[in-house]
Amino acid sequence: MAARRTTKKPNVSKEEMLGYYRDMLMIRRFEEKAGQLYGMGLIGGFCHLYIGQEAVVVGLEAAAEEGDKRVTSYRDHGHMLACGMDPKGVMAELTGREGGYSKGKGGSMHMFSKEKHFYGGHGIVGAQVPIGAGLAFADRYNENGRVTFTYFGDGAANQGQVYETFNMAALWQLPVVFVIENNQYAMGTAQQRSTSSQEIYKRGAAFGIPGEEVDGMDVLKVKEAGEKAVAHCRGGKGPYILEVKTYRYRGHSMSDPAKYRTREEVQKMREERDPIEAIRQLLLTGEHATEDELKAVDKETKDVVNAAAEFSKESPEPGVDELWTDIYADVAPQNA
Amino acid sequence: MATEVLMPALSPTMEEGTLAKWLVKEGDTVASGDILAEIETDKATMEFEAVDEGIVGKILVAAGSEGVAVNTPIAIMVEEGEDVDAAVSAASESSEPPAPAEAEAAPSAPAAPKAPVESHTLEPDYPEGTEMKSQTVREALRDAMAEEMERDGSVFLMGEEVAEYQGAYKISQGLLDKFGAKRVIDTPITEHGFAGIAVGAAFGGLRPIVEFMTFNFAMQAIDQIINSAAKTLYMSGGQMGCPIVFRGPNGAAARVAAQHSQDYAAWYAQIPGLKVVQPYSASDAKGLLKSAIRDPNPVIFLENEILYGRSFEVPALDDYTVPFGKARIWREGEDVTIVSFGIGMQYALEAAEKLAEDGISAEVIDLRTLRPLDYDTLIASVKKTNRCVTVEEGFPVASIGNHLSAYIMENAFDYLDAPVINCTGKDVPMPYAANLEKLALVTTDEVIAAVKAVTYR
Repeated sequence: MAARRTTKKPNVSKEEMLGYYRDMLMIRRFEEKAGQLYGMGLIGGFCHLYIGQEAVVVGLEAAAEEGDKRVTSYRDHGHMLACGMDPKGVMAELTGREGGYSKGKGGSMHMFSKEKHFYGGHGIVGAQVPIGAGLAFADRYNENGRVTFTYFGDGAANQGQVYETFNMAALWQLPVVFVIENNQYAMGTAQQRSTSSQEIYKRGAAFGIPGEEVDGMDVLKVKEAGEKAVAHCRGGKGPYILEVKTYRYRGHSMSDPAKYRTREEVQKMREERDPIEAIRQLLLTGEHATEDELKAVDKETKDVVNAAAEFSKESPEPGVDELWTDIYADVAPQNA
Repeated sequence: MATEVLMPALSPTMEEGTLAKWLVKEGDTVASGDILAEIETDKATMEFEAVDEGIVGKILVAAGSEGVAVNTPIAIMVEEGEDVDAAVSAASESSEPPAPAEAEAAPSAPAAPKAPVESHTLEPDYPEGTEMKSQTVREALRDAMAEEMERDGSVFLMGEEVAEYQGAYKISQGLLDKFGAKRVIDTPITEHGFAGIAVGAAFGGLRPIVEFMTFNFAMQAIDQIINSAAKTLYMSGGQMGCPIVFRGPNGAAARVAAQHSQDYAAWYAQIPGLKVVQPYSASDAKGLLKSAIRDPNPVIFLENEILYGRSFEVPALDDYTVPFGKARIWREGEDVTIVSFGIGMQYALEAAEKLAEDGISAEVIDLRTLRPLDYDTLIASVKKTNRCVTVEEGFPVASIGNHLSAYIMENAFDYLDAPVINCTGKDVPMPYAANLEKLALVTTDEVIAAVKAVTYR
């Protein structure tokens, strides 16, 4: 058994912890299944898995309130599941079927849910960052007290539009949490080969945006940091940066053999820092849950994922008419 | 030695201005750099400084004079001890005939106050008998925004210098005072970033109007315009629309060289998910901008700096909109169809006028919107005239004209009596030199020559 750091008694209930375990496990099992379906040729194109990074989005969702918004990059399945989108709809989008969130027209990288305030799913590295600030702009305009979580990676953190956005978000005091999911590799380029300063969270300082580094393999720490950031934004103090240190176990996308890092490095992370195993141990050692209870959660999760996979295979391909729909929204009748 | 002080050109496109106020009087001694007068251009009031020291001998143009053409003598400066009357009469004699530069500029830049262009619309977008008023394109655009902002609280304007500066080209003049800083927002010079923020705001339920100081700068933002604004409705299976207007001057102004002179009509017209508008007249600018702001889709609204100051008849209606996808026939004709949009219409209409003198009857169609495009009107006209010339300012390769030619070939091949000719800007970056710039742009003479070629005259 790998060594675990002792965690101080968390200020969360058993139910909450069990919820985080369930949500992270759901993402992991879902992504494993997506990997399998990709291998079977049922999912095509680009498919970026979130395995290893689950604590980031689950911890931050724990800090969110109803009506808060989120937007992210193309590594987006975890975010969708964590904000409550239906695994069936997500998986069916991956297989390009009618039952998918975008009726099969978006794919892995392009899904949205107005109902869950999930604004994509963006395929251009960094493009979601001004969009997230724009969502926050709309909230500030409407004075509704909402906060937007804008996720991007350590790779996107080198895009110019990120800093254009930092400037305006600070200038206009936009209620946006910039979440830098630093998984240490921008596709195949290690952070030290791409990024001049290793502490990305400090880059907000030039704009007067506070930032902090967070252990992204510990869901409780992520939640705690998220709550602090959200309170800052909701309090009208403008944006906040969280650089969440995490790790992806899989390649950048399904076609990435990940030769840029050693098998040992990945193995060490999995054994010593796995976020799901950590919360599992916390539940067991704190006697918040029994093995049997956790097994029940495992089974329940597996069932949901299997049902989603089944649905994604059975849902038909979109009708050919769909080729020509949703290009333009209908124009309301104009006055004469 | 007496010298004339000439009415200055205070912007690349200024042709005339108002001499608002003299700050000196006859007999005053001035030093280089002293402010002589305030000149009102169509965009701003500017102070006009003395270049040399001297004595104001005579003021030739009184304060308050409007429509004073650039290069008109407005005062005469004399030296100390010089006989003022003699100097003045000598100077005014020597000033005739007008300077060559002025004469050369005249054909393309008429200096006298222009009468509003008569609308020859055959199917107007307003009821017969509607009261009309003369308005510049600039005023029409401002009124369109003001009316729509009045109507819908989710509409706001953002861009560089739109608020406190009152607009780099004064399109947003007065809007800050009227609607406040919450809805008229100065951005930093950061096109990529603020275009993305506006797209996000549109996803979040607002209706942004984004002003680009020119569409040349929008190339910085084009990823957000195309990948985020235009494609999201489709990628979301219809869930997430992007009601947004990107507007600003497009195409060549005057003497601003290669990086500030490009026409992006063909670029944007290629993108499914965008609507693309390029108005010519003030009434269309107003009616189409109002429609654009109400449209639930991303709209590219391509204006033209040279047209901003031009006056047209605009219907004096409370709520005048022009639908997208409906071309306007400015002039009916039998022998040839000239189809254009935006400032290209200027050349098309001028050519039609001159061709009429030669007995060639041209039908002139203003497409007004390039996406959607009114193919029906175009094809009906070509079937009638059997000949077509397209006119635009953009580059020739993969131009709007190329597309129209292909469409006509596919849909009206048997009706054509001659190949379609595309009149376009030349296949060169825009040069700065005045003579080369003139050559690089499409001209009325080229349109006339093209018409004569397709009509075998």
